[in-house]
Amino acid sequence: MLAATVRVTRDIDAAEEAVQDAYVQALAAWARDGVPARPGAWLTTVSRRIALNNLRRDRTLQRKLPLLIMAEDTQPTPPGGFPDDRLRLVFTCCHPALSAEAQVALTLRLICGVSTPDIARAFLVSEPAMAARITRAKKKIAAAHIPYAVPAAAELPGRLDAALTVVHLLYTTGHTAASGADLIRDDLADRALDLARMLHQLLPAGREAAGLLALLLAHQARRDTRTDADGGLLRLEEQDRSRWDHDQIAEADRLIVAALKAGPPGRFTLQAAIAALHAQARCYADTDWPQILTLYDALLTIWPAPVVLLNRAAALSMTEGPQAALAVVESLEDDGSLAGYHYLPATKADLLRRLGRPAEAAEAYQAALTLTSNRAEQEFLNRRMVMARRQASAR
Amino acid sequence: MPQYAVLIYNRELPDGFPPEQLRDLMQANEELPARVAENGGQIVAGVALEPPATATAIRGGAFTDGPFAETKEAIAGLYVLEARDLDHALALAAMTPSIDGGVEVRPVFGTFGIPGAS
Repeated sequence: MLAATVRVTRDIDAAEEAVQDAYVQALAAWARDGVPARPGAWLTTVSRRIALNNLRRDRTLQRKLPLLIMAEDTQPTPPGGFPDDRLRLVFTCCHPALSAEAQVALTLRLICGVSTPDIARAFLVSEPAMAARITRAKKKIAAAHIPYAVPAAAELPGRLDAALTVVHLLYTTGHTAASGADLIRDDLADRALDLARMLHQLLPAGREAAGLLALLLAHQARRDTRTDADGGLLRLEEQDRSRWDHDQIAEADRLIVAALKAGPPGRFTLQAAIAALHAQARCYADTDWPQILTLYDALLTIWPAPVVLLNRAAALSMTEGPQAALAVVESLEDDGSLAGYHYLPATKADLLRRLGRPAEAAEAYQAALTLTSNRAEQEFLNRRMVMARRQASAR
Repeated sequence: MPQYAVLIYNRELPDGFPPEQLRDLMQANEELPARVAENGGQIVAGVALEPPATATAIRGGAFTDGPFAETKEAIAGLYVLEARDLDHALALAAMTPSIDGGVEVRPVFGTFGIPGAS
């Protein structure tokens, strides 16, 4: 609705105002005449009309303000919705000329309709700071003429990757909240899943859009089993697999198979394939570790990031043993590029524990503990650390 | 069409750039307006600057030798570009030749002495 209205106003603030007014009108009109057959279409039509009226009203003022650049085409609005407009808005919000923080905030505010205070809370910044961040980004969109358009075919893969990265970041923020008592911040994860689904529907030929949706589905399927009744963290091998959402896992699998058939896989599709292999194993011991390792090798060739090496090390520990994996983790430690990332010492601690070196494991747990502010993760690491210390002193 | 200022930054070498590199740079710069026009944009004005060592800063009425801000990369020139939108402007500005440097693209708020002021 906002996306369709932006096309009329070419100004995000004016569009937001018109949409709000449309809701106010709906309250009165629907109470009087009943809810229309297609409430969404009704609201869109009304907010576009309000936007047009407002626009006529301040035309003289408007002429002096920088406006959003519109694509020259005047395609008719497709029946049943405005998918092109929503896609345009996604690419405006996720434009690489905006900072990553601004991209995420704008996407939540303008595409998901999340309120500024809620966004501020989700990203642990003050409300005025978040409001300022959003205002600054909107100003840049207008002043620099960031286009309100779907990028040309030549730029689409790169720009789509930027948009998918925003959605993925949103999901990971929701999946393992950076701080606070709850391991999972449901609403953020849900929003991200909705966005991934929308991008996949709007760009059915985008293999990586399918890959991202599959990746999020494979994670989401395990959501309810990631914590115990007290909110404590459960590891993959401790989770009740019968409670995983097998419909979501099956949907992820279909998406991955289709994406793999369509061409060489990108980083989201490969990550999805790894997550799906975990999700499809009947029990932890059944996990297809050699296949997972192969997928990590493929992932490393297109995305040679230290964090991929770390995750690959965990798979390596299952095929070649913890000693081989420890060597990789220690070289990552020396390299220093993952300094401050608590999964590095946490992975090291687990490998040391499995190697029967509890004193060193306890130290690594301690190091990981100081780097996370998520309470569920803290409790898990603390429990492990106490256990390792007990074993060390029993020797 | 919106206008953008493209600020060209180059790394300062103590002894300047080797002459043949400089000659290539000059030639690429001369070809830039035509390349921009071929790609649907227009350069409406531009200047190339003498090295920052020749600059004089005026701060609070006092003159000092050297540029306003001492930085590793200094402004070597700038031009004003007309483009359809930021994507177009960035694509055109990316064609700017430079030695070990880069450009900054800033939307123009107002102009004087430049034709087609927005």
